[in-house]
Amino acid sequence: MSAQDRPLLDIEDLRVDFHGRTRVTHAVRGLSLRMGREKIGIVGESGSGKSVTGRAILKLIRPPGVVRARKLMFDGVDIMTADEKTMRAIRGARASMIMQDPKYSLNPVMRVGDQIAEAYVMHKKVSSREARARALAMLEAVKIRDPERVYKAYPHELSGGMGQRVMIAMMLIPEPDLLIADEPTSALDVTVSMQILAIMDDLVSRRGMGLLFISHDLNLVASFCDKVVIMYAGRVMEVCEASRLREAKHPYTRGLLASLPEIDVVKEKLEVLKRDPAWLEEA
Amino acid sequence: MSDQQKPAAPPDAPSGAGGLRAWLESETPRSAFQARCVQMWLSWLKFSANPLALTGLLIIIALVLMAVFAPLLVTHDPLAQDLAGRLLPPGAKGHWLGTDGLGRDIYSRIVAGARITLYIVALVTITAPLFGLLVGTLAGYFGGWTDVVLMRVTDIFLAFPKLILALAFVAALGPGIGNAILAIAITSWPPYARIARAETLTIRKSDFIFASRLQGASPARIVAAHVMPLCISSVIVRVTLDMAGIILTAAGLGFLGLGAQPPMPEWGAMISEGRKFLLNQWWVATMPGLAIFTVSLGFNLLGDGLRDALDPRSGQS
Amino acid sequence: MNARTTKQGGGGAGLLSLLARIRPALNFITALAVTFLGLLAITFFIGRVIPIDPVISVVGERAPREVYEAARKAMGLDKPLIEQFLIYLWQVLHGDLGYSLLTSHPVLEDIKRVVPATFELATVATILGVLTGVPAGVIAAVKAGRWPDHIIRVLGLIGYSVPVFWLGLMGLLLFYGKLGWVAGPGRLDIFYDGVVPQVTGMILIDSLLAGDWGIFKNAVSHIILPASMLGYYSLAYISRMTRSFMIEQLGQEYITTARVKGMSERRVIWKHALGNVMVPLITVIALSYAALLEGSVLTETVFAWPGLGFYITTALMSADMSAVLGGTIVVGMVFVGLNLFSDFLYRFFDPRAKL
Repeated sequence: MSAQDRPLLDIEDLRVDFHGRTRVTHAVRGLSLRMGREKIGIVGESGSGKSVTGRAILKLIRPPGVVRARKLMFDGVDIMTADEKTMRAIRGARASMIMQDPKYSLNPVMRVGDQIAEAYVMHKKVSSREARARALAMLEAVKIRDPERVYKAYPHELSGGMGQRVMIAMMLIPEPDLLIADEPTSALDVTVSMQILAIMDDLVSRRGMGLLFISHDLNLVASFCDKVVIMYAGRVMEVCEASRLREAKHPYTRGLLASLPEIDVVKEKLEVLKRDPAWLEEA
Repeated sequence: MSDQQKPAAPPDAPSGAGGLRAWLESETPRSAFQARCVQMWLSWLKFSANPLALTGLLIIIALVLMAVFAPLLVTHDPLAQDLAGRLLPPGAKGHWLGTDGLGRDIYSRIVAGARITLYIVALVTITAPLFGLLVGTLAGYFGGWTDVVLMRVTDIFLAFPKLILALAFVAALGPGIGNAILAIAITSWPPYARIARAETLTIRKSDFIFASRLQGASPARIVAAHVMPLCISSVIVRVTLDMAGIILTAAGLGFLGLGAQPPMPEWGAMISEGRKFLLNQWWVATMPGLAIFTVSLGFNLLGDGLRDALDPRSGQS
Repeated sequence: MNARTTKQGGGGAGLLSLLARIRPALNFITALAVTFLGLLAITFFIGRVIPIDPVISVVGERAPREVYEAARKAMGLDKPLIEQFLIYLWQVLHGDLGYSLLTSHPVLEDIKRVVPATFELATVATILGVLTGVPAGVIAAVKAGRWPDHIIRVLGLIGYSVPVFWLGLMGLLLFYGKLGWVAGPGRLDIFYDGVVPQVTGMILIDSLLAGDWGIFKNAVSHIILPASMLGYYSLAYISRMTRSFMIEQLGQEYITTARVKGMSERRVIWKHALGNVMVPLITVIALSYAALLEGSVLTETVFAWPGLGFYITTALMSADMSAVLGGTIVVGMVFVGLNLFSDFLYRFFDPRAKL
């Protein structure tokens, strides 16, 4: 297989369990996914295992979590057997992740600019001056008007939207091949959230990265991604082309679609999701 | 499994050992009494799974037994002097831990000292928390100026170095075990007042307090019958954690000659006497110190275990 | 005392926002003043109210009635209590803590002389405690539940449970008596006493200023034992607090962010997590320093260390109440002052709490 047609991400039968004191929680049960440099959305309710999947790809699940998979390959590297050193070279540099809420995901006692430059220095082995220049350029790229000021700011001095721009700048600065976005806008206002998505979409498309977009918002994902993966209780229910989402067959997907309000259609009553225990049985 | 955990056969309890256990582990208790027993049983399970906490409990039980049966356990009269047999090393002539500068048997003095230690701890842990509880519940229940004044006084005491304050009190009152206890109690009530006030503030607004007020209960009755009992469990954990500190402070006062007076076999005073012989007869100062250390370690272990078992917020990671 | 609920006053008229800005400081100063007043009220109470009759301790039991009355008048004891208290307040605020019976010097002068020794010991001990306690707490948190954590926990528990004066005696017995690794009680060997000119009163610094290596080495060999014993005590406290702060921080999202960026585990722990722990840790370190000052009455007695604690206990033995109460006031003030200082440092280090 040549490097060109090798999938960026190749997952077969991924399982993540969390061992509690009395019981084991199966967060992900047998997820399979293959993606190239495309935009894929993972949609599901909270607790459906989508965030855990994102973290498992970066090998960030810590005890009591246990990850198993028949195959978990990132661009030819076997994540399951990779050691910490290999993973550190991948994290940030080749695959990174935008976290949910900038209020908690930025280090509160470090200047924002230093947090951005830190990753660049680490992976590119450059001088701190060069990293600073790059970080400023990156802040500009995420459409921050006054990069010098923001560079010196602490996270609590930024608004949520600003914080998430900083997050994007921080994760894209080493130019990774894969970007995982874990509900990047769920902590933001709707208006701000559209701007943030536009910035992210622009940067991802221009650099030709793969994007794994995790969200609970079906419409958003459909408008934004090439393919949509529907998850329920740690399992993939259905994978479909975003453009043909309306033709989805799986009852869960149909249920999700039916329970969404639409602005131009008057519905007497929104559907309530019906869940079938049979969906969870191993195939 | 310990027997004192078993309730005295409640009417709705099925008979048989398995039945009792099931009754204790029921997830749907049928009475308030059963609910409380289930709660205690679960705490006990958590506590007894912690070997360090059990060690602490054993040490404290041993201390209590030692104090109770002291007259039977001593090998010599703890006060009897024997100038011919002074400063004997451990093991010599039937003196297990040796003799001190006046020829008194160190082992017997340590056993007898357990009573003094327990006496101090008991008196301080009865008076200080009660006083703190009173101040805290009053401040919390009445609020307003009462609260401001009482809490300001509490804060002043809290801001002080406890040991130095106790020292100054004993210095003014005159040395002696009673004054030492008083001084320690005076310096250790403020944390209890803070805890009790915090608890009272959460309880004060609850419906059952309102209900009893509607029934015409006087504020004094409400505070004494409803508010104070509810503060007690959080106070107890704190008391156990404080006991080690009380023992160390008492020993410190004894060491400085301000606590129990000679010839009482108080452990801190014994160390002070042994100081003179430190370099040549090491055991005189070492043995009572080991006793203090063991007992205060016991209370610390017990307190840590109790806190982990009783306080839902401090779940182990 | 914790006036760390703050936050910028935001917009608004100049005076109002200025008031909002300095309000925490005002609150703090009020609290400080009230606490200090309370401290003096208590020492006044101890010194003038509890003793059966302070006049007798001055004039003696067999003094004639006129002498007694004259002394009573001269001491101001015929005035109402509240007036006596105000006079006392006035005196203390002017640095008049009375005369020591023992040294017949003004108490304040005595205290100025002995305080540097106490600061020297407590500072060296705290440095040792921080240098060992912080890393120990970090390691315990990272290895939580595994054997390094258990070892550090047990070491800490021992530190909490051991009587500090006994630990000092055992240290002297072992390292001075049996092994001869360190020098015995006191700050210096007797023939070095008073050789170095006093500048700061701290011998380690003064001997370096004078360029006298012999004395410096001798001072080190005297301070190392008491400082390590006290340092162990603060290690117990600091490591325990560091551990719980670290465990809390390591569970935060920004730690995951740092890992996602590919930071090494060492940098995640020692830079990102510890950076956040340093802020609350400053308070802990200040409190442990205060605890060492308080414990000095015991350790200094054991090591015959001529500091404030030793001064207070010596005064106690000879019923020198002005000296005892003067020492109590100074220790109390330092205690309250350390609280203020830690609060100040807290604001300085935490970017979220800028005034």
